[in-house]
Amino acid sequence: MIGDNAWLDAFVRILAIAAGVPVAVIVLNYLERKVVGRIQNRLGPMRVGPYGTLQAVADTIKLLTKEDVRPTTADRWAFELAPYVVVVPTIVAMAALPFTQDLWVRNLGLALFFILAVSTVSIVGFLMAGWGSDNKYAILGAMRSAAQLISYEIPLVMAAVAVAMVAHVDGGRGSLNLIEIVEGQGRVPYLIWQPLAFFIFTVAAVAELYRQPFDIPVAESEVVGGPLVEYSGMRWAMFMMGEYVNLVLLSVLASLVFLGGWNWPLGDEVGPALQVPLMVIKVSAFILFFFWVRAALPRLRIDQLMAYSWQVLLPLAFYQIVVNGLALVYEWPDVALGALSAVGTMVAIYLTYKAVRRPVRRPAPVTQRVEV
Amino acid sequence: MVAELFQQYVGVVVATVAGFVLVGAALFANRLLAPRQATRAKGLTYECGMLPIGRGRLQIHFRYYLFAILFLVFDIEAVFLFPWALSFLDVGAMAFYEMLLFIIALGFGLYYAWRKGVLQWR
Repeated sequence: MIGDNAWLDAFVRILAIAAGVPVAVIVLNYLERKVVGRIQNRLGPMRVGPYGTLQAVADTIKLLTKEDVRPTTADRWAFELAPYVVVVPTIVAMAALPFTQDLWVRNLGLALFFILAVSTVSIVGFLMAGWGSDNKYAILGAMRSAAQLISYEIPLVMAAVAVAMVAHVDGGRGSLNLIEIVEGQGRVPYLIWQPLAFFIFTVAAVAELYRQPFDIPVAESEVVGGPLVEYSGMRWAMFMMGEYVNLVLLSVLASLVFLGGWNWPLGDEVGPALQVPLMVIKVSAFILFFFWVRAALPRLRIDQLMAYSWQVLLPLAFYQIVVNGLALVYEWPDVALGALSAVGTMVAIYLTYKAVRRPVRRPAPVTQRVEV
Repeated sequence: MVAELFQQYVGVVVATVAGFVLVGAALFANRLLAPRQATRAKGLTYECGMLPIGRGRLQIHFRYYLFAILFLVFDIEAVFLFPWALSFLDVGAMAFYEMLLFIIALGFGLYYAWRKGVLQWR
């Protein structure tokens, strides 16, 4: 606590977050273009600065000096408030996120629930953007984004509940406090005991971030950018910022909940000097995974997307919760929990494989010519 | 207890204000630095080069509504699951079976929607 004043303390800590966010966005933007470029056998940005490192800075300056156009028929309030509604919840969620054991803004008792609840509010921002733009592509994209986000929200939340159930705390199980969840993992991360929850969480996180293969709402070749089509300049950059902050948020959350946060298998009670690099490595692994998925996989169709969430992920998430409940009530060892969850993961992978290999259903060929 | 909660959620209030200030500052900087020259053509909505026909606020297909209803059901279940997940061990095995019944009932609802073809996106 700084200066024994809760307001001052919160202000100083938030200031660090608010200063870090734009820097992180610029760095991640450059990294993403570079990584995706290398995967696609291109160089990525090379012209601005050594190895193109200043490309994202140049883009920021360009966006700052670009005219902010608003269609004359747009709904002014919805159009202008939408960037706030998208970005502010992600910053608020950051306030409950522990980066290491001592690096956090506030250590909330309900941190996991709080983060999932607050970061969902940005759906409303996308709907406002789509409605406010008075553009057909925008409203189609907004509807698609709402449908996709609410569909993948449920498996994401269920996977989080599954882990919260089994979290080891002093004298019992079950916690929503992220620091307690991390410390309960010790040497064995919950990835080992809850692989199915991890699988569901990761897939749903990709969908929540609108990254390929789940980028139908903002697909350039289908709805030319979806809800963002009428936005330009800094207003558009705010949506991008929201996306990257969400990327960091979900990566940190996933590494805390499933990869053991600042713990590692070689020993407990890791000092702060080792906690920071451990977290950086785990979070970067997630971020690079999201970049890799984006470069490697083609876009899903919307029927595949919705069916995958409701018919594969949701029943399996229920399976995970029921198995966890049984294991806790009858005090089965953690190994049994891990084995049952692994069976579920196998089923999930098999169903995903089958869904990918399913032949395309074409309309029946015309066999009879009807004379008119 | 209340003082501690207050101390914790002060951070949330400050973060909300900081978020608004961050976005507001960026948009204000844009307003200061960017040129402004509205023309009639610029004020039109984008439709791949064509002149827009009619208004942009289309009517939306019914299937979105069906998914919204399904979402509502399962999201409320998620709200019930969070407190249950933390406390069902203290209540005993009965609490687990009650939640199992609840999940089965909702699972039957999902099965019904599935068989009715709601999840097929036609």
